[in-house]
Amino acid sequence: MAIDAATVRKVARLARLKVDEARLESLAAELSGILTWIEQLQEVDTESVQPMASTEAVSLPMREDVVTDGGDPAKVLANAPRALRNFFVVPKVVE
Amino acid sequence: MSGELTALSLKAALEGLKARKFSAVELAHAHLEAIAAARPLNAYVLETPERALAMAEASDARLARGEGGRLEGAALGIKDLFCTEGVRSTACSRILGDFRPTYESTVTANLWRDGAVMLGKLNMDEFAMGSSNETSAFGPAINPWRSRSSNRPLTPGGSSGGSASAVAAELALGATATDTGGSIRQPASLTGTVGIKPTYGRCSRWGIVAFASSLDQAGPIARTVEDAAILLTSMSGHDPKDSTSLPAEVPDFASFVGQSVKGLKVGVPKEYRADGMPAEIEALWAQGVEWLREAGCEVVDVSLPQTKYALPAYYIIAPAEASSNLARYDGMRYGLRIDGPSLTDVYEATRAAGFGEEVKRRILIGAYVLSAGYYDAYYLKAQKVRRRIADDFAAAFEKVDALLTPTAPSAAFGLGDASADPVAMYLNDVFTVTVNLAGLPGLSLPAGLDAQGLPLGLQLIGRALDEGTLFRLAGAMEKAAAFQARPTRWWRGS
Repeated sequence: MAIDAATVRKVARLARLKVDEARLESLAAELSGILTWIEQLQEVDTESVQPMASTEAVSLPMREDVVTDGGDPAKVLANAPRALRNFFVVPKVVE
Repeated sequence: MSGELTALSLKAALEGLKARKFSAVELAHAHLEAIAAARPLNAYVLETPERALAMAEASDARLARGEGGRLEGAALGIKDLFCTEGVRSTACSRILGDFRPTYESTVTANLWRDGAVMLGKLNMDEFAMGSSNETSAFGPAINPWRSRSSNRPLTPGGSSGGSASAVAAELALGATATDTGGSIRQPASLTGTVGIKPTYGRCSRWGIVAFASSLDQAGPIARTVEDAAILLTSMSGHDPKDSTSLPAEVPDFASFVGQSVKGLKVGVPKEYRADGMPAEIEALWAQGVEWLREAGCEVVDVSLPQTKYALPAYYIIAPAEASSNLARYDGMRYGLRIDGPSLTDVYEATRAAGFGEEVKRRILIGAYVLSAGYYDAYYLKAQKVRRRIADDFAAAFEKVDALLTPTAPSAAFGLGDASADPVAMYLNDVFTVTVNLAGLPGLSLPAGLDAQGLPLGLQLIGRALDEGTLFRLAGAMEKAAAFQARPTRWWRGS
């Protein structure tokens, strides 16, 4: 299926990726090429086939709902672009 | 002496260390010198000589006391996808910048527990997305192999291109790698090395930068089948920190190498005869069948009808998971941040500046196939096709113990040859990606050289948790192939 520049703009917004206006058309062509190639999946009969999310037969393990880690803000903040008094500093989000 | 030390197999090096024929420090020095002389290969994106020598000294102290783990003193390279405590770990992406983890991945921690020595961090495609190492923010790693007719640089494959290049060029005794669609096996095939992607869940994913979580698996690249088995034994094991890590016992994989393969049944899936496959690969595959027959295996034809749909299914599932996993790179808690007037501007500008073109394409594809109105047509459909592919394998493994296929559709190609067309690049994984979708183990070993003198690999596929049978078969094939070729050391000049 072909997608157009407007769709690329919308999806880029959903993915929080800034895309230059000048790049939208070429990106639409590249993504359309990939999606057209993927279309061949429609040939496969998947009637009454259960979708497969995991290759493992075992169910996910459960554990007690207790704190097992933490209490080390210095480690958590060690790679922060900006930090102040044990907090991440982020752009203002409320007026 | 140093040339001889780096040429040793891991197994021989471990024996030499134990017998105190040379020290772990000497072994580390020999490798560090080789690495320094091989910078044109761009295999390492970070060399860690101080850490290597400190770890080697500690190994020597343990060896002197008659102690030491199963990898004591072994000099290894680590793919930059593995978080290493205090050592820059970037997944070869600009968006991680100078990220220094405050924790160690479980797989590398297992290696250090067993006494291994870290030489440095290895080049790779950005976030493991690529088949030629050309999407790396550090530029491509170069294949130590060159074609007979030309000196132009060839790709070592990807995404574990640095791992494969370093092992083939004797810049490490072995290396860690990861494989989401073929990223261990295709580079192994293109560099004349051995690589195994174990069963999904064998190796903990904790501390490995995530690409597509239902497909990602770690494994080793080494120069011999036995070396790969030794490394996988140390890397594997249940880890409560990864909820998909299997609580299965880890056998001594090396004990399978050399065991008889008499009576094993091996299937040859006819669907792996791809259009336009070079005759040399076809011939080598037939040769592989012959080697197995001579070793006492029964070889039969099998059918995996959905094979051609594996790659398109993968290019829905992997980007969908990647677009979700890579949402964490928002410039707030670590890595790159590009400031802007609003929070959304910061997110969008940071991600635009931090991610490369291929990563952006996959994030967009993933966001698209997961978006409202398209989820059923793409993502759900791909998950159903994935089930059918897994069912094909299950049916085949009722009749046979393992499968034999080519690893990659071509030998090493030139840098730039496939990077203009994303789908052409994706086709590199046509023979390997099925195994990831089904969660099965797959091993690539060098089987011969093509007319240009470039290595070609064959792939063995096994049942879940039956890596042992793969090591038995690979051991027999390695013996029959007697692959001794090594690349000339053109990077050292003369």
